[in-house]
Amino acid sequence: MSETIDHEARFASAMRTDTPPAIVLQDVNKWFGALHVLRDINLTVSTGERVVVCGPSGSGKSTMIRCINRLEQHQQGKIMVDGIELSDDLRSLDAIRREVGMVFQSFNLFPHLTILENCTLAPIWVRRMPKKEAEELAMEYLTRVRIPEQAKKYPGQLSGGQQQRVAIARALCMKPKIMLFDEPTSALDPEMIKEVLDTMVMLAETGMTMICVTHEMGFARQVADRVVFMDRGEIVESGEPEALFSDPKTDRLRLFLSQILRGH
Amino acid sequence: MSDVTLNAATANAEAAPRTAPVATTGAAAWLRANLFSSWINTAVTLALGYLVVRWTMGFIDWAFVNAIWTVPMNGNVPDTAACREIRGTGACWAVIEEKHRFILFGTYPYEEHWRPLLVCALFIGLYIVSAMRRFWNWVLVPIWIVTLTVIGVLMWGGVLGLSYVPQERWGGLPITLILSTFGLAFAFPLAILVALGRRSRLPAIKMLCVLYVELVRGVPLISLLFMASVMFPLFLPEGMNIDKLLRAQVAITLFAGAYLAEVVRAGLQTLPRGQYEAAEALGLSYWQKTGFIILPQALRLVIPPLVNTFIGFFKDTSLVLIIGIFDLLTAGKTAIVEPAWQGFGVEVYVFVGAIYLVFCFAMSKYSQDLERDLNQHRRR
Repeated sequence: MSETIDHEARFASAMRTDTPPAIVLQDVNKWFGALHVLRDINLTVSTGERVVVCGPSGSGKSTMIRCINRLEQHQQGKIMVDGIELSDDLRSLDAIRREVGMVFQSFNLFPHLTILENCTLAPIWVRRMPKKEAEELAMEYLTRVRIPEQAKKYPGQLSGGQQQRVAIARALCMKPKIMLFDEPTSALDPEMIKEVLDTMVMLAETGMTMICVTHEMGFARQVADRVVFMDRGEIVESGEPEALFSDPKTDRLRLFLSQILRGH
Repeated sequence: MSDVTLNAATANAEAAPRTAPVATTGAAAWLRANLFSSWINTAVTLALGYLVVRWTMGFIDWAFVNAIWTVPMNGNVPDTAACREIRGTGACWAVIEEKHRFILFGTYPYEEHWRPLLVCALFIGLYIVSAMRRFWNWVLVPIWIVTLTVIGVLMWGGVLGLSYVPQERWGGLPITLILSTFGLAFAFPLAILVALGRRSRLPAIKMLCVLYVELVRGVPLISLLFMASVMFPLFLPEGMNIDKLLRAQVAITLFAGAYLAEVVRAGLQTLPRGQYEAAEALGLSYWQKTGFIILPQALRLVIPPLVNTFIGFFKDTSLVLIIGIFDLLTAGKTAIVEPAWQGFGVEVYVFVGAIYLVFCFAMSKYSQDLERDLNQHRRR
């Protein structure tokens, strides 16, 4: 119940300010065959807000954020991104994908293109940016993620942590308003997790709207405005990280937290 | 503390690199390990070695030492008595000397043979230019259009003071090159579209592509050619006639397209889903995603089977002989119909085979280089 009130309060506060909420999910439902993977999801993310989504595997976290840029299609409910409703209309989808950057668990860099080409492809062809300008922009972001010297290399020549930082730079080159992170550190060796998290913290400090699926509770504490806990396709609890972690209201979150903490 | 000393010890050990044991490297060691490792291996090596040497010597004797290179002319008819005497022990290359122009250019008017010769040279030039990666851009399109137009003008004539040569008189190597070049040039793009269509979400397009591939693949090329040459004209309205070569060309293109489509589809399927998703998430359109991300990777992966199909298909063009088109192989067969030259098939087939080999080997070698160059990003 508290979650609904919380959601409505946020919705109202988002409506009061001049800037519309960056993302609104309203009663979103999704099935994979008979499997009900998202159940009545309600979530509003205001501009500049950093949301961390956590939960056990199979809880629908990835599916939820993949619905936001329509890598998955929801079957019921309404999703609004940057004031545009997601529908079958291809033009609105293009508009949304231009504004939403995504970072994947397995990096998904294009292996046949150099790092620089990975970063400039979409700005040149989707944003119609002149090549020179796109390259300058790419170098700026590569410098910001601290790997400008790798620009001429191919993804296969980089370490996992470096590849993920390139993937972040690649997404940023489209100058998105919203960034989605789908377990960005789960495929990394432990010694590389920090370099990627540092990059994300730096990004959060620029005021980017972020939704991040992760199990990195340290990161959640450090940057999240709100943590959303999902289990079995539902949002079970959400709130500020400190409050949520120190005083879980539900058994499911308590169990999850105990398992995570044991793991660490 | 013990850790430190241990590290120091390993560091010292690493500091002096040791050479590999001598016994496992070098030619002698390789021979010993691979050819003479046991008495049975030694026996097999010696027996096979003996056969190889004997056969090579026999071939050299037949092809060079005992061979006859020219025969005297008896009026208009070559006197092949000397050749008949050495049948079985020596080659009669005189048949090639005498008949090479017929084999290469078929029944094309003799005094106009410079035209098909130039056409072959143009085709080879076109292959070389197209193979160079520095030309892999829009420049290739006008180059192809201009070259193919010039080739058409040269073959047909009828303009610019060239005498008209009807298609029925074309033959030999130009026919083989025309069928395979046009065949591949059209079949390859068709194959890409069909392969993409087979993975389409639109059921109509998908059905159509599946139907095409399964139908064409389920029928032998010979029956396709028969249909193109015999049945197809029956469906045409009275008085309308489509060139026989063109009909064969279409049949060959459709046939190659179906096979290539499956090769391309295999490449599309090996790409991880993440590549599609990353391209979509960046906002690339379907054609941008396909053209920049999917196809470049998928086609690189299938270079070996693609070239395999190309080579097979280049040789398959020789099947047009059954509908009476005079390609290189048919011209070779026809060359030895003349009584004086009857029975010298081996020499002619070796000659024709060598021409096929040159083209196929060039394709194969080029594909190996291409594979190495294009897959550089896979190496660290």
